[in-house]
Amino acid sequence: MTTLSLDRRPAQTARLRQRTVGRTVLYVVMIAAAVAIMIPFVWMVVSSLKTNNQVFTIPIQWIPDPVVWQNYVDIWAKSDMVTWVKNTLLLSVGVTFLQVLTGSFAAYGFAKMRFPGRDVLFLAYVGTIAVPWQAYMIPQFILLSKAGLSNTLWAMLALQTFSAFGVFLMKQYYESIPDELSEAARIDGLSEYGIWRRIVLPLSGPAVATLVLLTFVNTWNDYLGPLIYLRDRDIWTIQIGLQSFVSQYNAEYALIMTGSVLSVVPIALIFLLGQRFFVQGIATAGMKG
Amino acid sequence: MVTTAVPPTGSTSSRTGRNRPGGHPPGRRLRLRNTFIGWTFILPNFIGFAVLTLGPVLALFYLGFTSWNAFGQAEWVGVENFRGLLTDATFHRALLNTGYYAVLHIPLTLAASLGLALLLNTKLRGVAFFRTVAFFPYITSIVAIAVVWNMLFSPDAGVINQFLTFLGVDDPPGWTTSTDWSMPAVVIVGTWRYMGYYMLLFLAGLQAIPPELYEAARVDGANAIQRFWNVTVPGLRPTTFFITVMLTIESFKVFDLILVMTNGGPGISTLVLSQYIYRKGFEEHDFGYASSVAIVLFGICIVVTVVQFLINKRRER
Repeated sequence: MTTLSLDRRPAQTARLRQRTVGRTVLYVVMIAAAVAIMIPFVWMVVSSLKTNNQVFTIPIQWIPDPVVWQNYVDIWAKSDMVTWVKNTLLLSVGVTFLQVLTGSFAAYGFAKMRFPGRDVLFLAYVGTIAVPWQAYMIPQFILLSKAGLSNTLWAMLALQTFSAFGVFLMKQYYESIPDELSEAARIDGLSEYGIWRRIVLPLSGPAVATLVLLTFVNTWNDYLGPLIYLRDRDIWTIQIGLQSFVSQYNAEYALIMTGSVLSVVPIALIFLLGQRFFVQGIATAGMKG
Repeated sequence: MVTTAVPPTGSTSSRTGRNRPGGHPPGRRLRLRNTFIGWTFILPNFIGFAVLTLGPVLALFYLGFTSWNAFGQAEWVGVENFRGLLTDATFHRALLNTGYYAVLHIPLTLAASLGLALLLNTKLRGVAFFRTVAFFPYITSIVAIAVVWNMLFSPDAGVINQFLTFLGVDDPPGWTTSTDWSMPAVVIVGTWRYMGYYMLLFLAGLQAIPPELYEAARVDGANAIQRFWNVTVPGLRPTTFFITVMLTIESFKVFDLILVMTNGGPGISTLVLSQYIYRKGFEEHDFGYASSVAIVLFGICIVVTVVQFLINKRRER
């Protein structure tokens, strides 16, 4: 700015003003879009703090009056929310742990080792990408039922642990780690397992974080798996519990919204804490799929 | 557990320990050992994957040709199930509804996610926040989302129809209570849910376009619209292709959203293929027939992927 000559100044300020206007317009558009996208969530939270009669009013009441915190007390008594959350947490943690362990282990084999049969195995993973789960859920169900796992949390664990996605994501990342590192470790006498544990795995923090978050969220949100496999109330997960709660108390709008808020809050927190990894994961794994 | 022996002294080419003392054919034992170790890495995941995914996919092609309810035994009936599909009006309706969903959902989501990506592909302060907002619907659970949207779509006192009335629409649609409007309602929710995800993919694509191209176009006097059509659109082609494939498959397998929002209703106006498989298989326990429907779904997804792949290959030439 200090080197400007006098005669260029008007053009400069005009351009500056144009840019300010452009920016303002952009911000307005962004804010409008953000509000439009978030309205369902706002409405959800607002309604969860109302009484039933106030949920559907004309015109809409955007600020609850009075604020009914009682819903957040009642829901625990009226539903088995504690059991659902406990089951879902157990499942999410278990699936995430196994998925990361076996996924990154397999990815090491695919990315860092060379042996006959490797590419055929990988092709098997690739070949099933375009096949939707809905197409083979019936044979899978028959299989797990025959194994006596239907109506147990083990079925859900088996179902969600061995996804091709985890292998892809980790393989993608491992390939970006220079081979010289593992080569050097090999010369130093480290076994392949040692290289995986001491060198490659510690270097793949971001990929592991991404896989942990995505798997956790997916397991937490899964509705179809529990719907098909979990019959007993005491092994229900939060999604299926919430759905049954909705049909049981279908007129208790405020309470239903309270349950919905509670099912979304943990995911929202995880997402806000780790959104960097979500974005990275989708940008890298998504493109290669 | 040490895979590589300490390099024997005096050997010149012992970088990876390939030359072993002792007269064995060099490399052979090591290769065997390497293969063994490689398999141990892959097997823990692969066994699970093979048993729970590959196996069922293969079994599907047997089950589809059998007659089997949950209690008896699977009995080979040849193409009987598929002959049944030809005259099954409900199946036709499900197929049609799935196509209808895809036709609405694919272009709408493409446009919305590209629009968002273009809007948010700036370095303005706070843009990360807006990206987070756009992505948020994608990671929230389908049940909560469906329940909220059902209430928003409520014909009399719902937020959406109040807004439409405010805009001057005299006779706002009945949404999920109307056979004509239930599918558009589901599509709106589907688009809202997935656009943030595809926006991220588009953003990655946009950032891969070299800025020099824009600079060159600007120097040549191209305005913003010309730059969009001549730089952005060609530059995004691989991304757009990939997203279209993903969107198509996602549309054809749409399930949980519909299950929770409308349960296929009113009537069968939003019944889709996946749900028909579910109904036949898990509600009527007709595993054989349900599997034949699943084979159709499988076929559609594979054909769509292959066709779009071929088209893209030809266009690249």
